[in-house]
Amino acid sequence: MSITYLEAIREAQAKLLRDDERVFIYGQDVGGTFGGAFKATKGLAKEFPGRVLNTPISEDAIVGTAIGAAMQGMRPIVEMQFADFSSIALNQILNNAGTHHWRTGMPVPITVRLPSGGTKGSGPFHSQSMESIYAHYPGLIVMTPATVEDAYTMLIEAVAIDDPVIYCEHKYLYYHLKADKLPEKGLPTGRARIAREGRDLTIVSYSAMVQESLAAAEELAREGFEVEVVDLRTVKPLDTDTVLASVARTGRLLCVGESFPWGGATAEVIARVTSQGFHLLDAAPQRLNAKDTPIPYHPNLWSAHRPNAQHIATKARALLRE
Amino acid sequence: MLQTAQRSAKSKTKKAAPLHERFLEAFRWMLLARTLEEKLVSLYRGGLITGGVYIGKGQEAISVACGLFLQKGDIFAPLIRDQAGRSAFGEPLLDVTRTYLGSRLGPMRGRDGNIHRGHPRKNELAMISHLGAMISVTVGALLAKRFKGEKNFVGLASIGEGGMQTGSFHEGMNIAAVEQVPLVVVATNNHYAYSTPNDREFACHDLVDRALGYGFEGYSLDGTDLAACLDVIGSAVKRARAGRPPQLVVASVLRLSGHGEHDDASYVTEEIKQQPFARDCLKVAEQTIIDLNLSDAETLAEWRKHAAAQVDEAIASAQKEPAPEGDKEDWCALSTRDLVDSFE
Ligand SMILES: Cc1ncc(C[n+]2csc(CCOP(=O)(O)OP(=O)(O)O)c2C)c(N)n1
Repeated sequence: MSITYLEAIREAQAKLLRDDERVFIYGQDVGGTFGGAFKATKGLAKEFPGRVLNTPISEDAIVGTAIGAAMQGMRPIVEMQFADFSSIALNQILNNAGTHHWRTGMPVPITVRLPSGGTKGSGPFHSQSMESIYAHYPGLIVMTPATVEDAYTMLIEAVAIDDPVIYCEHKYLYYHLKADKLPEKGLPTGRARIAREGRDLTIVSYSAMVQESLAAAEELAREGFEVEVVDLRTVKPLDTDTVLASVARTGRLLCVGESFPWGGATAEVIARVTSQGFHLLDAAPQRLNAKDTPIPYHPNLWSAHRPNAQHIATKARALLRE
Repeated sequence: MLQTAQRSAKSKTKKAAPLHERFLEAFRWMLLARTLEEKLVSLYRGGLITGGVYIGKGQEAISVACGLFLQKGDIFAPLIRDQAGRSAFGEPLLDVTRTYLGSRLGPMRGRDGNIHRGHPRKNELAMISHLGAMISVTVGALLAKRFKGEKNFVGLASIGEGGMQTGSFHEGMNIAAVEQVPLVVVATNNHYAYSTPNDREFACHDLVDRALGYGFEGYSLDGTDLAACLDVIGSAVKRARAGRPPQLVVASVLRLSGHGEHDDASYVTEEIKQQPFARDCLKVAEQTIIDLNLSDAETLAEWRKHAAAQVDEAIASAQKEPAPEGDKEDWCALSTRDLVDSFE
């Protein structure tokens, strides 16, 4: 048997609906026989009548409704059709869900699924990675699974958490990643994973960039470099300890993210390592992000805009030579 | 079949009787709200309240009707000018004074202030500032109750004519109708959004006409007339509870204060102050009580005294309470403590 990242997300939701009557799925085109723009909810409306509900194109109201339902004890899963459209729901997510426990003492357990990141031909409005915006605001947990196994266990974990969770699922990984079977249990939320061991350089990454970083590490291995790859798994909370321990082994740090370069998760990692582990570094830490332009449509431009294994390997080589 | 029923307040207002008990009860909540807010204003003027004070002067009749018909299990999403409704719904005065005076013991514990308060566990939602956002939250709470198999519940959300112009409000109204939840939205057109008059807020003939477009049933209301407020809002709550489509009530009044107490409202024109909707609902209600002999002057004076005493007590208690302190605060925005990110 082989199961894709996308199927893992569907399976996790099926399990959640089966095991927990508080769970319902709310989003555009998720219901009926359609099962979502990417088919992440395919068949679920039929299997769980009345619990997988199509909504109007109203991202603000979709999340607002989920918040109200969560206050009454439900565990809603919201599917955004694309992460990009969650900008319309920013107010509800950041100002309502994100502040609620702090203000009132009552947490709001919603899970918002964001089909994120670039695929060829998707252009400026169907390719964005929004984790850094959500991580910037207090009161939210931001998950960025990079493997089929994590896609499954982290989504189950997201719904179990009493606080709002932004679950960034990568569209490129939907079909490209496969696993033999789904695990019962994953690492605890908030714990990073060493995706590949090495002693010459640490690459810290998350989501689809973990796969690109692993490919770069493979390429560098042929040149005799042993690169360690850390998969953050959640960008908030950020597992600084695992990152620092890795940098302590390698002395060199490269952070790779697919989102825009100003600020963000990669900058946060570098800020923490330089302030808490400056003495561990043998060279100035580096980072690699997408370019500071909207995400281009044409495949030629798109593959130059977003970091890939070649870009990462080039950047890593320069850092290894320092 | 959804229809926008526009009725003039005149045609349907049966003056108070036979509901005079309810009228008097509502009047007392209005009186309490007015008394409390006048006191808050003087504390603010005296520099004893940090931040703003936002009062509902002139809107008490509408607001009290919003709170009065809700029962245990119902959802109330009050907004800026809903002191009367909050009290009638069951919010203790101490919640108000603790929040305004920044007591560590209040529901908001100094983390939020003034009107941004609530008790979500008691179904009094804590508004965020962003207008329109609480409509869909109320819809979600009602949807959850339906999921859980509860029966006979309603939700009521307040909005101003200014807040009605947000995208969030529109999305919330639409999704309420799509979900067919038992929701009542009470919109108060007090003729200004901060300093902006109606003609720069919207261009439709009458806001209640929008009900039809949303799939709501719509009703107009003279918000200065307490009997009309009780009748129209009470009936809307009853219809929602009985399974009719969501209900929109658009009430007309004039805001009889500044936007907040920092605002002298010098932009409010003399002309508009002469309009019938500029009457003070509390005075009108009191006149009705006298005219219809529902109570006597002595009793009214007694009520006034009682309201003042309650307010004084709530203020005195809150003033004695400890303020929050930065180094005792836990600075933790998540309930899941082991998932809190640590910054050094
Ligand atoms: C989305 C949003 N924009 C701006 C504001 C700032 N603001 C607070 S109250 C207000 C006027 C609101 O007018 P209305 O909704 O008619 O209510 P009223 O104050 O008249 O009761 C404004 C502009 C806000 N709270 N929310």
